[in-house]
Amino acid sequence: MKKDLYILGIETSCDETAASVVKNGTEIVSNVVASQIKSQKRFGGVVPEIASRHHVEQITLVIEEALQIAKLQPKDLDAVAVTEGPGLVGALLIGINAAKAFAFANQLPIVGVHHIAGHIYANQLIQPMEFPMLALIVSGGHTELVLMKEHGLFELIGETRDDAAGEAYDKVARVLGLSYPGGPEIDRLATESDGEVEFPRAWLEPESYDFSFSGLKSSVINYKHNLEQRGEHVNPHHVAAGFQASVVDVLTTKTVRAAQEFNVKQVIAAGGVAANKQLRTSLEAKFKELNIPFYVPPISLCTDNAAMIAAAGSSMFESGIRGTLSMNGRPGMELVSWNK
Amino acid sequence: MIWLGIDTANIPLSVAIVKDGEILIEENTSMAINHSLRAMPAIDEVFQKTGIAPSDINAIAVSEGPGSYTGVRIGVTIAKTLAWTLNKPLIGVSSLKALAANALYFNGLLCPIIDARRNNVYAGAYRFENGKLTAIIEDGHFSLGELIGKLKSFKYPVLFIGKDTSLHKDQLIDELADHAVFAPIQFNLPRASSLIHAAQQFEEKVDIHNFVPEYRRIAEAEANWLKAQEKGNDHG
Ligand SMILES: Nc1ncnc2c1ncn2[C@@H]1O[C@H](COP(=O)(O)OP(=O)(O)OP(=O)(O)O)[C@@H](O)[C@H]1O
Ligand SMILES: [Mg+2]
Repeated sequence: MKKDLYILGIETSCDETAASVVKNGTEIVSNVVASQIKSQKRFGGVVPEIASRHHVEQITLVIEEALQIAKLQPKDLDAVAVTEGPGLVGALLIGINAAKAFAFANQLPIVGVHHIAGHIYANQLIQPMEFPMLALIVSGGHTELVLMKEHGLFELIGETRDDAAGEAYDKVARVLGLSYPGGPEIDRLATESDGEVEFPRAWLEPESYDFSFSGLKSSVINYKHNLEQRGEHVNPHHVAAGFQASVVDVLTTKTVRAAQEFNVKQVIAAGGVAANKQLRTSLEAKFKELNIPFYVPPISLCTDNAAMIAAAGSSMFESGIRGTLSMNGRPGMELVSWNK
Repeated sequence: MIWLGIDTANIPLSVAIVKDGEILIEENTSMAINHSLRAMPAIDEVFQKTGIAPSDINAIAVSEGPGSYTGVRIGVTIAKTLAWTLNKPLIGVSSLKALAANALYFNGLLCPIIDARRNNVYAGAYRFENGKLTAIIEDGHFSLGELIGKLKSFKYPVLFIGKDTSLHKDQLIDELADHAVFAPIQFNLPRASSLIHAAQQFEEKVDIHNFVPEYRRIAEAEANWLKAQEKGNDHG
């Protein structure tokens, strides 16, 4: 019988300090997240220096809690997986150096994980991944369609050419005077709305799986500006609903087209924007029609967490990937396959 | 009694193991290489070379800043993680005090300096008397002029310590004349052995989970936010 694999995951790429223990890459044993959102709200966005300061305050506490909840000692672990990039470099460095020190002291191997590989592997904590698989990653920093033909093999088939979807949500929310983070606020207004403003869809070239959201953002700004110039009232509900309709339409249409072209067995959505109700409903409906299994992890696994890092780290560990004590933060890290 | 000392607060890196009052190994470098690339490998090396296991140590001393924000955080994160997981006491020492501890027996003021750009410095001033190192000017972030003003109010000669003093040497001599004395090169790098000595002699252990760097400066965004709050209060 194969021995169980226990991986400690650590994630500090942005504004959550997180640690988790995952068993066999699929089962969450503990999942601890210390969020800085209250502190960062003061600044209307994530301030890197503040993020780094909070990570140092929290890091050993969250690791300890993750081990305590798991009822495990360091010696019971097989490896430490940590987000190596992309993200805020000063923030990444806290998780990385804590991971290295912990691994060194306890003589454990260390694995450096790509944050987006983590978001994709969050899926594996819910049900087994089936290949070929299509992943739609929609977060604060990324909007990507990734095709996976097997574990650890990533093919980027589309990405944003300007703003990420979450970034667009946050910027439009600021234009509407909503509080940070704007995504959930716009989602709420859109859901409550009794009408919507018609905004354009950025389809780009007919074959392209790329995205673009900056034009949409400008349309919202212009729309608001024009109404205000004329002294007319701007209905934030209608604007939010129109903006969201455009985002959801483009994301759904391109994801569906890619799923069909590549004949995938499974589609998953991941990242903070995957928490969006309308996006979920729209994708669910379309894929139900097409009879393609579609999954979105629960919200706690969509936003930044360490369980997803441990899940991806488990697969990397089993493929023999090992990091070294000289691991550095890689803010612009590319998603590279570990199974070539 | 075995101590591990770690200083990554600024460009120099220093790691040492001191056993029963003797330096077994010390690695000092001062090259502009990211501490995340070098710090853990250097720590691994001092253990490997001495044959001491991490679990054999009895205490950890770390430079708590001030200095480069990222540099300080790397050392503090490593030290607090090691101390917590190995269940060993952790002692934080000011990066300035650790420099002062390089030159304890100077009869005057010990003034460690770390450059903070735009003619600002992190600095403090210490007196070594009766085996005690006492802060005469508390560690802080000063304009050079401000620091010189404070130093002038004491009658002592001042020994400037730290590799960054060379950046300000001319102005220090102009203002303090022969009261300004400059440490020889070997005193100018932070040394983990001095840090350990200072930790043993002058400091108490800290609460590991709650231990954070002494930045000696509020983050810019926070300063602006506080200013905005004050303004809001004035109006309202
Ligand atoms: N219900 C929602 N609808 C739309 N957007 C949302 C919703 N909930 C959260 N978001 C958005 O998700 C983003 C945060 O997601 P996440 O935490 O995955 O991103 P990140 O970790 O900052 O970025 P990355 O993972 O790319 O580095 C924010 O932009 C936020 O506004
Ligand atoms: Mg994320």
